[in-house]
Amino acid sequence: MARELWKGNEAIAEAAIRAGLQAYFGYPITPQTEVLEWMARRMPELGRVFVQAESEVAAINMVYGAACTGARVMTTSSSPGISLMMEGLSYIAGTEVPVVLVNVMRGGPGLGNIAPSQGDYQQAVRGGGHGDYPRIVLAPSSVQEAIDLVTLSFDLAEKYRTIVMIIADGSIGQMMEPAEMPPMQPLYHRQWDWAVTGKMGRERRVLSSIYLDPYQEEQTNLRLFRRWQEIQANEVRSRAYYLEDAEFVVIGFGTAGRVALSAVRAARQEGLKVGLLRPISLSPFPHQVVAELAQRVSGFLVVEMNTGQMLEDVELANAGRVPLRFYGRPGGVVPFPDEILHEIHALVEAPPTPGEDARLAWLERMTRLGGDGWQR
Amino acid sequence: MATLTAPANIVFTRPEGLTEFPTHYCPGCTHGIAHRLIAEVLEEMNVLDRAIGVAPVGCAVFAYNYFDCDFVEAAHGRAPAMATGIKRVLPDRVVFTYQGDGDLASIGMAEIVHAAARGENITVIFINNANYGMTGGQMAPTTLPGMKTTSSPSGRDVETQGYPIRMAEMLATLEGAGYVVRRSLHDPKNIRLARKAIRLAFETQVRGLGFSMVELLSTCPTNWGLSPVEALRFVEERMVPYFPLGDYRVSPAVAQIRV
Repeated sequence: MARELWKGNEAIAEAAIRAGLQAYFGYPITPQTEVLEWMARRMPELGRVFVQAESEVAAINMVYGAACTGARVMTTSSSPGISLMMEGLSYIAGTEVPVVLVNVMRGGPGLGNIAPSQGDYQQAVRGGGHGDYPRIVLAPSSVQEAIDLVTLSFDLAEKYRTIVMIIADGSIGQMMEPAEMPPMQPLYHRQWDWAVTGKMGRERRVLSSIYLDPYQEEQTNLRLFRRWQEIQANEVRSRAYYLEDAEFVVIGFGTAGRVALSAVRAARQEGLKVGLLRPISLSPFPHQVVAELAQRVSGFLVVEMNTGQMLEDVELANAGRVPLRFYGRPGGVVPFPDEILHEIHALVEAPPTPGEDARLAWLERMTRLGGDGWQR
Repeated sequence: MATLTAPANIVFTRPEGLTEFPTHYCPGCTHGIAHRLIAEVLEEMNVLDRAIGVAPVGCAVFAYNYFDCDFVEAAHGRAPAMATGIKRVLPDRVVFTYQGDGDLASIGMAEIVHAAARGENITVIFINNANYGMTGGQMAPTTLPGMKTTSSPSGRDVETQGYPIRMAEMLATLEGAGYVVRRSLHDPKNIRLARKAIRLAFETQVRGLGFSMVELLSTCPTNWGLSPVEALRFVEERMVPYFPLGDYRVSPAVAQIRV
């Protein structure tokens, strides 16, 4: 198919439709509303299900119900709405049904703002709903990658009977750029041996997240984490740029990774041996890739649009081996490439001592530079 | 013994729609009656094979053990949203929720109102026993004024704790609702009327005539601190006056149905 100009949110919606999406349930919230609007027009004209729910709480529970029948189903929202969905996500995880969810992140906490942010990394990767449950989290850095990851998400969700969350930030949702849309997949209701569809002559089935006997719940927790081992072994994804001879490596995901790439290219033009590692699967995180880099490079620069959430995963993998510097722009601020280039220079010229608290050092720099960062 | 179980001598059996799983309900509680009525209706309509139930959180949390059909278990109050998801992708299935007053009229108020407003073709069986039973008898949105519960120990004070909510009347204002009625389970006559209403509610659904709900006034002898017989009398004498029995919305198309 030809490359066309696509807006991120609309591309996410159309990619899901082409992946055989049977039902979409959502609620308006900036900066993801265009997904809902695209679905509102496209799904009915294709004879598929679209419901604008009364809240994100209802939307995720509609998704939960539809997922229990084995249907390909998704919802999308932005940060405050995702918080409301956490109850449903925990139930979905406990029931082991496949669900795809997209979070077009905005500045927070609270109502925050509608600017692009990566503030929900920890919520997506570590936390969110109650109880012990892992989930796959993917982060695109372009409209094309968002399309590709949406397609992949449905297959992963069904393969592992798990939640797949795509965390894009507002700029991925709002930007327009050329991208190639995959062909339309045939629409059909997949038959699973666990799905609740009406017993129709077979033994009746029940889908539930209740395990009243703690020993059974323990077995469920263990089953989820055994499955997670399989996911960790097979589904780690990252993209490497100029890493072959790199002495210093910038690590950033999504839009922060994309902006960092511009800075890395500028540094290369100056003759600096700098590369970029852009994690695509944030959960499972490419710990092994980072750990291997930590054996041979001289320093890391972690760049995020938050106060250092992925930083903690990098620190785990680095285990204090090489000097680590952090640069974050939280609250809806997107860093410019020259800011990151400045940080690269600082890392190369004066690497921090290993073991130094990278976040604290960053916070002190930010404070020194005028209380609210060095660029407004 | 052999003669007792001869087909000609059997006058009462477990309906096909109920499993042999013993229920956990307290002695004298009317959940068992409500379950039986639903099971009889599903069997009578020959829809057990394509029925999907949505269990609530509350005393009926284990309802999925007792009905011989496919079931899912919802989060507290979210059963109508979950039922919406199921019904929209499988429109030819018979989808019903079974919810108590805390689940439906408190934490799940938004979900029930909007499912009715959208005219979702689902059937809701609403058990109103004026308290949160599973957690030990706290005040519910349907607790009567002055009624003592563990969270209104001096009796529900309407000045600070507000008034009971009449759900059937409220939902009956919505255009999407095809059939919304209130019945009671306090005596055989009312049980028969409740059964007929449940049948009409499911008929409303299978004919695609919109949202249907049967509110059933029910007992909670354990948490009310009454004997089963006293509890039935409480329903008749105290609950029925506050929650009048009747048909609150019967759309013209539903009114044509004869069962």
